[in-house]
Amino acid sequence: MNLLTLQRTMAKAVMHPLTHSEHMSKRTPTGEPMAEHAATFIKPNDRLSSFERLEIYNRQYWWRLMSSLAEDFPGLQAILGNRRFEALCKAYLVARPSRSFTLRNLGRDLEAWQRKNPQWAGSKQPIALDMVRLEWADIEAFDGAAEEPIKPADITKSAGENLRLRLQPYVRLLKFHYPVDALVLEIKKFNDDTEFLSNAFRERRKRKRVSAVAKLKPKTIFLAVHRIDYSVYFRRLQAPEYHLLLALQKGETLGRAVTDTFSKRSKTLKADLAQVTNWFQNWSNLGWFCVLTKNPEPNLKRR
Amino acid sequence: MPANRFNGFTDYGIGIGLRSPHYNHILTRKPVVDWFEIISENFMIDGGRPLHVLDQILEQYRVVQHGVSMYFGSAHRTDREHLKRLKDLVKRTKTPWLSDHLCWGSVDGRYTHDLLPMPYTFEAAAKTAQKIRDVRDYLEVPIAVENVSSYAEFHVSEMTEWEFLNEVVECADCGILLDVNNIYVSSQNHSFNPFDYINSVPPERVAQIHIAGHSKYEKYILDTHDHPVIDPVWKLYDRAIQRVGHTATLLEWDDSIPTFREVHNEALKANRFLAKSVLARAV
Repeated sequence: MNLLTLQRTMAKAVMHPLTHSEHMSKRTPTGEPMAEHAATFIKPNDRLSSFERLEIYNRQYWWRLMSSLAEDFPGLQAILGNRRFEALCKAYLVARPSRSFTLRNLGRDLEAWQRKNPQWAGSKQPIALDMVRLEWADIEAFDGAAEEPIKPADITKSAGENLRLRLQPYVRLLKFHYPVDALVLEIKKFNDDTEFLSNAFRERRKRKRVSAVAKLKPKTIFLAVHRIDYSVYFRRLQAPEYHLLLALQKGETLGRAVTDTFSKRSKTLKADLAQVTNWFQNWSNLGWFCVLTKNPEPNLKRR
Repeated sequence: MPANRFNGFTDYGIGIGLRSPHYNHILTRKPVVDWFEIISENFMIDGGRPLHVLDQILEQYRVVQHGVSMYFGSAHRTDREHLKRLKDLVKRTKTPWLSDHLCWGSVDGRYTHDLLPMPYTFEAAAKTAQKIRDVRDYLEVPIAVENVSSYAEFHVSEMTEWEFLNEVVECADCGILLDVNNIYVSSQNHSFNPFDYINSVPPERVAQIHIAGHSKYEKYILDTHDHPVIDPVWKLYDRAIQRVGHTATLLEWDDSIPTFREVHNEALKANRFLAKSVLARAV
């Protein structure tokens, strides 16, 4: 057996899902007895059979990856419950095994996969999808790139219709159908508060958290996921704020973004502009803008 | 051998792994530590807190990079994105050498995120050595490969693990990160004499030594890095130091991580053996 064949053979066995009791399956994906299969390439020793030696790696693989997903998506776990969450993660990892050198990217395809496979979240699919999007945005905001922010005064000086402002790479703008940010914050607080507490106390707090999930009603919210001093924050936005920022993020000029955002609203122009000025002041104080260009030519299409 | 071409001709002493539970202590108390080892993958990102902390650490301490996903022994070529990010980090840290494992863990673009054992064959040795040379040429920094702990052996193997290690490092002309805990763990799992392993390693290629704790189960030992170093491992370390001399030594403690002081005190126990080595050479 050459190197590539051996590695393909072992990887296939290592990545094969565990049984419900978290042991290596007795059958290979093709139905062959796993013990016989393992014996074809792994030596037994005086204490462990070939099967048992391979099982060590099989279990380590699943425990490592499942705990990584649990760490990255505690909100999704709270929404689905442990059993359904584990089943979803297992199905996801079978369909989309890791294709990155870092575990940080393990959940990168979870939203896309979950949209195509709604059966795993069942009736909780809408809120579960919202949660996955938020928790992935949290990860991206945590270690996303940052550029030198521009000062509020620089924006004021250069303000004009053709101004293009770029948002920091780490800022994520999201629209949700459920107020999932509240649940994530509750979970983070729970983990901080109960780190050193007894199991019984943690269980009581956990039941309270689960009942909080059950009470989440649909409510459209707009959120910016960003960071201040290297900590990630969620900032709720008004709908026009969100649409304005989204337009800027997509490369629209300032003038076009404002026009598009407020053309459908009934407020007076003066009040609108005062509000926009206030928003820009806040956003630039938060360091959200990083590039200033004046380009009269549309730059939205690839050449 | 202390300073050699595989550790960038540095003379580092005892170091510990840089771990997030200790960040606050290190940055506020500024303890005296000879050097820190970082896991490269934790800092191969675009921005945020980890890099901010790293930059602060780099202002005050010496740092060496250790990787867990280069997979020198994988049959397929290394991911270009991985190499590019790693090179960016090498430039940031100015690491005097870079280490990763003599193992594989990915195939056909799918990653197990584990350190899987090699078949000890001449084919595997040749391919692994070529990969090490390619990575070293790209990164332009000395490379040291670490022996892993393992729980399985393959029918196709043509030599012992230490013969395989020697074959690879000679063909690649690279250094060795000698993990004496891994030698102990593997010796118990595969029933060989760990001193045979230590005694066969070419001392002039040893760039660094790892020590660590592990977990003992009924039928095997698991390399968990979550306990103090046990006496049999210290004995192996002692023998290694006798053969290779005063060498950069790193304690790995990656799980159930205790306080900084506890980890550092455990690492400093290596001084008992390093001092003996200095005395022996003086006499």
